Amino acid sequence: MSAVEVNDLVVRYGALTAVDGISFCAEAGAITAVLGPNGAGKTSVIEVCEGYRTAASGSVVVLGLDPARQQVLLSRRMGVMLQDGGVSLGARVGDVARLYCDLYGKGVQPEPLLQRVGLADRIASSYRQLSGGEKQRLSLALALASKPDVAFLDEPTAGVDTAGRQMIRTIVRDLANEGCAVLLATHELDEAERVADHVVIFDRGRVIADGTLDDLRSGHDEIRFRSSPALDVVALANHLALVVRAVGDGEFVVAGDASNVAALTAWLVESGEILDDLRAGRQRLEDVFLRLTGGAS
Amino acid sequence: MNMLRAQVRAELQAVRRNGEQLLLTLGIPVLLLVFFSLVDVLPTGTDNAVDFLAPGILALAVMSTAMVSLGIGTGFERSYKVLKRLGATPLGRPRLIAAKIAAVIVVELVQFGVLIPVAYAVDWRPASPNWLAAIGAVVVGTMAFAGIGLSMAGRLRGEINLAAQNGLYLLFLLLGGMIIPLAKLPVGLSAIAKALPSGALADVLRDALEQSGTRPGTSWIILAAWAVAGPALAAKLFRWDS
Repeated sequence: MSAVEVNDLVVRYGALTAVDGISFCAEAGAITAVLGPNGAGKTSVIEVCEGYRTAASGSVVVLGLDPARQQVLLSRRMGVMLQDGGVSLGARVGDVARLYCDLYGKGVQPEPLLQRVGLADRIASSYRQLSGGEKQRLSLALALASKPDVAFLDEPTAGVDTAGRQMIRTIVRDLANEGCAVLLATHELDEAERVADHVVIFDRGRVIADGTLDDLRSGHDEIRFRSSPALDVVALANHLALVVRAVGDGEFVVAGDASNVAALTAWLVESGEILDDLRAGRQRLEDVFLRLTGGAS
Repeated sequence: MNMLRAQVRAELQAVRRNGEQLLLTLGIPVLLLVFFSLVDVLPTGTDNAVDFLAPGILALAVMSTAMVSLGIGTGFERSYKVLKRLGATPLGRPRLIAAKIAAVIVVELVQFGVLIPVAYAVDWRPASPNWLAAIGAVVVGTMAFAGIGLSMAGRLRGEINLAAQNGLYLLFLLLGGMIIPLAKLPVGLSAIAKALPSGALADVLRDALEQSGTRPGTSWIILAAWAVAGPALAAKLFRWDS
């Protein structure tokens, strides 16, 4: 049995169907990224998993429990990071950490917990005084206070600077390595590509792809390079007998694998064109996403 | 028990860290009590103004803690998703509500611990106090005001809730027989004022402290009705999610 099992889930807000028959699983010890544009239904699905919202139909089972009916039981083993907020503006960082450590009663101590998320020096600050990234890290710390077996993180790196993102990724990876099933919602492809073992892509309330990153990228090799924006794409395509696309700003994509690099560079030299930033290999997740959603990001 | 204690501590920290709540719950009642006891300008109808004022100010203290302070605090907690986040902990709603009640009681005890000695210091000598009846009135009044405060906190947006609670506080203060006797209000207005929980609590407290609670009458019935209706309304209106 998977840690999180979502089966044919439907969520409605009045006449609006936000989630329209979604099914997927998230495993213990792995990071599952739920990826999709804003409004794709990510938060709705996560909120059903957390027990905040009830399904119109379908079922969700988390750690063998029904989140809507057994939220208190589930909450002992669940770490939650809301998309934003969750803490009073005037509350002190140290006090909030202590409260959550006490509520979960798992023996986690507030000082080491704040140390782990890099907030040890902010212990006497109020939540109001924290930067966006620090707020996210405090929210992550509160999720860790439960020593979770399952963690639901809604946009955990939104508004976080580069160093903070790296810290959050490391903590989330450690959490999965300890055996926790991590379900992370994001609209940032780059983020999913960096952290996820398994990606579920949502679009307009449905799952349009589900698999490991390798699964999703396989069979879609490409060569990317930069050259002059006026490059004759048609002539190059004819020469290589492959599809060549200009993707803007002097960047081009050849739909073919690395064996075509020699022919490509030779043609560019012959035509007197410059060559820069050449990269051959699997498609980036962004390309997979654009291909699947038909370009609607 | 540990969870409850942790949450009560958090509730009291929130009150302590909020300067404006301390002003509301202690500053204003002490100021009104001392000022109008020493400066005899209110039409209290008593030889010693503090004899009229002290029970009224105790009623004001209950209202400011149970309705305004609790209501504003809870309203902002709802807007900032604090209640939502706590909903995903093992705390549970019954324990959260119990913690809020306990924090209100602690604050009220501190208020009385300050206000009663201050009243004595400005020469309050209650004629025949029935403290048991007074405590009963405070408990019933707390239920009534907490119900009203949470009804607003559970539905209105943060800033609107703040304005509404403060507006109602001022209205109840002026029409509540706390500093101005209801008899001084125009006839129509005084009829409305008598039906309000503020007027009922001030009247019951004044009776308990000055006339040993021998004149229970309609004020007790009005207060008890609010103590049932307020929490019932809050239970019906309250939305945990913002």
